[in-house]
Amino acid sequence: MKKTVKSLLKLLGRSKAALALSIALAAASVGLSLYVPILFGNAIDEIVETGIKFDVVFGFLSRAGIIAAVTALLQWAMGMINNRITYDAVRNVRRLAFEKIEVLPLKYIDSHAYGDLLSRVISDVDQFADGLLMGFSQFFTGVCTIFVTLGFMLYINPRVALVAALLTPLSIFVARFVAKNTHSLFEKQSKIRGSQTALVDEMIGGEKTVMAYGYRARAEERFDKINRELETTTRKALFYSSLVNPTTRFVNSMVYAAVCLVGAFTVISGGMSVGGLSAILSYANQFTKPFNEISGVITELQNALVCAGRIFELIDEPAQPSDEAFGELPPIKGNVSLQNVYFSYTPERPLITDFNLDVREGRRVAIVGPTGCGKTTLINLLMRFYDVDSGVIAVEGKNIAEVKRRSLRSGYGMVLQDTWLRSGTVRDNITMGKPDATVEEIIAAAKATHAHSFIKRLPQGYDTEVGEDGGSLSAGQRQLLCITRVMLSAPPMLILDEATSNIDTKTEIRVQRAFEKLMSGKTSFIVAHRLSTVMSADIILVMRDGNVVEQGNHSELMAKGGFYAELYNSQFRR
Amino acid sequence: MKDLREVREIKNILKYFKGYTLEAFTAPFFKILEACFELLVPFVVAAIIDNGIPSGDKGYIAKMCGVLVLLGAVGLASTLAAQYFAAKGAVGFCTNLRRAVFEHIGDLSFSELDTLGQSSLITRITSDINTVQSGLNMMLRLMMRSPIIVFGAMIMAFTIDFKAALVFAAAIPILTVIVVGITLRCIPLYDGVQRRLEGVLLSTKENLTGARVIRAFCKEDEETARFAEKNGLLCKAQKQVGRISAAMNPLTFVTVNLAIIILIWQGALRVEGGALTQGLVIALYNYMSQILVELVKLANLIISVPKTVACLKRTVEVLDTESSMADGDYTGRNISSEYAVEFISCSLKYRSASAESLENISLALKPGESLGVIGPTGCGKTSLVSLLPRFYDATSGEVRVFGRNVKDYSLERLRGLFGFVQQKSRLFHGTVRENMLFGAPEASDEDIIEALKAAQAWEFVEKLDGGLDHVIEQGQSNLSGGQAQRLSIARALVRKPKILVFDDSSSALDYQTDAKLRAALSALSFKPTVVTVSQRVSTVMHCDKIIVLEDGKTEGIGSHGELMQTCPEYREIYDSQIRSAEGGAA
Repeated sequence: MKKTVKSLLKLLGRSKAALALSIALAAASVGLSLYVPILFGNAIDEIVETGIKFDVVFGFLSRAGIIAAVTALLQWAMGMINNRITYDAVRNVRRLAFEKIEVLPLKYIDSHAYGDLLSRVISDVDQFADGLLMGFSQFFTGVCTIFVTLGFMLYINPRVALVAALLTPLSIFVARFVAKNTHSLFEKQSKIRGSQTALVDEMIGGEKTVMAYGYRARAEERFDKINRELETTTRKALFYSSLVNPTTRFVNSMVYAAVCLVGAFTVISGGMSVGGLSAILSYANQFTKPFNEISGVITELQNALVCAGRIFELIDEPAQPSDEAFGELPPIKGNVSLQNVYFSYTPERPLITDFNLDVREGRRVAIVGPTGCGKTTLINLLMRFYDVDSGVIAVEGKNIAEVKRRSLRSGYGMVLQDTWLRSGTVRDNITMGKPDATVEEIIAAAKATHAHSFIKRLPQGYDTEVGEDGGSLSAGQRQLLCITRVMLSAPPMLILDEATSNIDTKTEIRVQRAFEKLMSGKTSFIVAHRLSTVMSADIILVMRDGNVVEQGNHSELMAKGGFYAELYNSQFRR
Repeated sequence: MKDLREVREIKNILKYFKGYTLEAFTAPFFKILEACFELLVPFVVAAIIDNGIPSGDKGYIAKMCGVLVLLGAVGLASTLAAQYFAAKGAVGFCTNLRRAVFEHIGDLSFSELDTLGQSSLITRITSDINTVQSGLNMMLRLMMRSPIIVFGAMIMAFTIDFKAALVFAAAIPILTVIVVGITLRCIPLYDGVQRRLEGVLLSTKENLTGARVIRAFCKEDEETARFAEKNGLLCKAQKQVGRISAAMNPLTFVTVNLAIIILIWQGALRVEGGALTQGLVIALYNYMSQILVELVKLANLIISVPKTVACLKRTVEVLDTESSMADGDYTGRNISSEYAVEFISCSLKYRSASAESLENISLALKPGESLGVIGPTGCGKTSLVSLLPRFYDATSGEVRVFGRNVKDYSLERLRGLFGFVQQKSRLFHGTVRENMLFGAPEASDEDIIEALKAAQAWEFVEKLDGGLDHVIEQGQSNLSGGQAQRLSIARALVRKPKILVFDDSSSALDYQTDAKLRAALSALSFKPTVVTVSQRVSTVMHCDKIIVLEDGKTEGIGSHGELMQTCPEYREIYDSQIRSAEGGAA
């Protein structure tokens, strides 16, 4: 909590002057807007049946007019300033959060649900802005209003003022009492809502399955049941929570009556003018309002602080170790070595233990093994998405932990199992690794990977928008684009993670040929299910349960009759 | 024309108040009642000032203050009633609406579902309707109150003094123009803010899902710049809306105070003429103050109106989407025929596509026979099998199942004939058993185990914690791809369907398991007709018939032996997968 507030102040630090100005404007506009009723009261006092001094009335009214205009101006200025403070803060927080996402260790991203991180950047920031900054300004003007009205009331008549001041806080207790009892209802409501969303998510997401298996009627039954539960709970929660306002208003009307009673008696006894009573009644009304709002504002502020806490937790997350101080790799020829490498995702479950491998330039390394054996772990280490626990991975004899990440990663061309395209055109995606590529180069690369023929048939060819996550393309087409992307940037080393698993075999042959061309003379690491695609490799790493269990070329491993031979033989057994 | 449509739309929406009509009227009614009681307050105060104070009648004053408390109490009672009915009405409306949308989604065909998009449908049925609910509740409760107070105050003013009340008649239209004008101006801008927020959301999401690729291409700086641009645009749009709405409070404040000034001046003139008393001037002044207070409240509430309307529109859009697929009426049991499956010159063009995905496919399959579908990615394999259970309708030609046009069957009957295993296996949160019963609620544990065994899934299910009672998490996150695939195959087998369709559904299995699965399938007791889509020759080569597709066109139909002779495309696939592997082994 304290840490959140500190981070918050740091964030707002840049707009300190604006913030101070906003507070000053709030105080001034509250003060002035409350001074207006006094002038009106004075004017009304002059309106007696026994002769009206119109010049005095005019004097009071024109002063009221000027002050009202100035107040409106101040209010407007305050609104504009708050507007700027709020949205600048929102923008800055989002930018900080995004910048952090770009430098977070992948371990953090892998171990957190995207939905959770997304909601921090989007909805938490919104709630924080609404709640905290709006809440703050409401809270502040509320407090100002209370003190200024109290001051004015005391100035007009202390006795009547005390009646209002002592009775009003009653409404806070009433509000507290109601709020406490609705909390559990809201909790129950959000729980039911959660399970309804989960059901909708599954049933709509799996619509084909639902339809194919005639599950619809049962799905509707389940939905109905939850929907009815939700109805009952929500109705109660909404009703009970809406009690706060009327009950506090009732307390207020009692306060109003009491002020009226005491005030009228005071007027009769000559302690106050009729205009004074009119003004004090108007103040009594204004005085009670912030009390009603403040309990709501406090909940909102608390909620906002929770949201802010979630954002700052992300922003304050330690970034991956800086590589500022390190140099570049020497020109990459493709010599990679791993010495005594140990690695595990969690200390309880050791994966790679004492792994050694020496890959000289131009060699082809195939990584094979059953599903879930940890083949992608090696990629994580080679690309330095994760750091080894101990041991050294070296490229051109230089420890990759001691060079700039950019220098290492730009040496690799990578095609992952989960194809990822960003929103934008086909061209944007292909040129990711080489933004300055010419049209000829792009087409040549696409032709080499046999992507050109489908791209040119797309509605706008290379300028077709691929949509969110490549939505408008088939899995195979997405994969071909990812391969083209690497083909174009032509890096000295390659990492292919089941690169061809989404492509039909016919296209695969063509892509394979293209890759042959691409891989010639380049060090490459290939992960694949299909043993036929890796048989030509110089070194085959056989993985099982996270560790490398065998190492050698195809004939050596077959002769050994171990796990690899077993895997291979199972392929064509019928 | 546009108005007419809007009226019809409103009518359509109003029908979801069914069962809650009474609440929809009583809530505002009680709110109005409460407002009326509140409007009486200044009258009572005026009476105190004009009658009680000059005569010094303390008893009268006390009595009138008692009336004030009474008004408060009656006001409280009617507000509580209003709140209760508003909550009941709003929640009931949205419960009806939610249900209607959920059911309607079930009526839509995939052509419409593809257009609307799954994730968008999910937000509409959840968060959009929730927004509508709180907006509606607020409107039922509070939106009624403000106009009543404003106009009520004006009417009260007229009963006090016609000439002085003219100030109200002038001020209220001006205030209405300010509030409504600013709101209307903000609605389209608010839309823009939402769109830009979606851009920011997309950018963030992409950078999370694509973290590896972005880092591999060293694009962090560029992505940050892209984000900063989108973020900046959002900020600009938000500030623009903020600037306009910031004018609302000051403008209303200055207008109301100006009106009060004129009112007091007028009042002074009228008092001198003997038409008014000082107390009545105060009452008029109080009515004007009440208007100001209400308007400030209204301005704070009205901000959520555009949001509610936008969300309601998005929801109604789903309801307005009509299904392009008419249900057939054949539900009979007579399904004996020479052919189990027939495609008669079928073509398919997806709604958003520029070219046909299937062109003129003709094919017939006898009951108990097996069909293999093979061809490159995007050649139309999945499209072809999607026509069978009418996920999509052929744009031309005819699909027959057991001699009857698929359009003649009721969808339920038609789909009940199939066990359809999709490319992407999708299991549901619940136990293994519940998932197995998904398409066959009546199946026994023996049936389930038999199906699991055939699908090569029993060996791992048996070992799971709780076996059949093992709970599968949402998104099958606690299963591997191969396990999920085998379970979804088993789910299809439990139904003992007449026709089994495997849409590339053994891709995550290793060759050994795939071979075992094929052996088990050919030994099934209920002898289904089997359609298998695959990219692996080894998976389809034993089928009675194989169709080779390329670019949605038939390249060849026949047995493995025939195709090896007549279809060069097929031979090429075979060579690449089998021959080269065998060659390498030698």
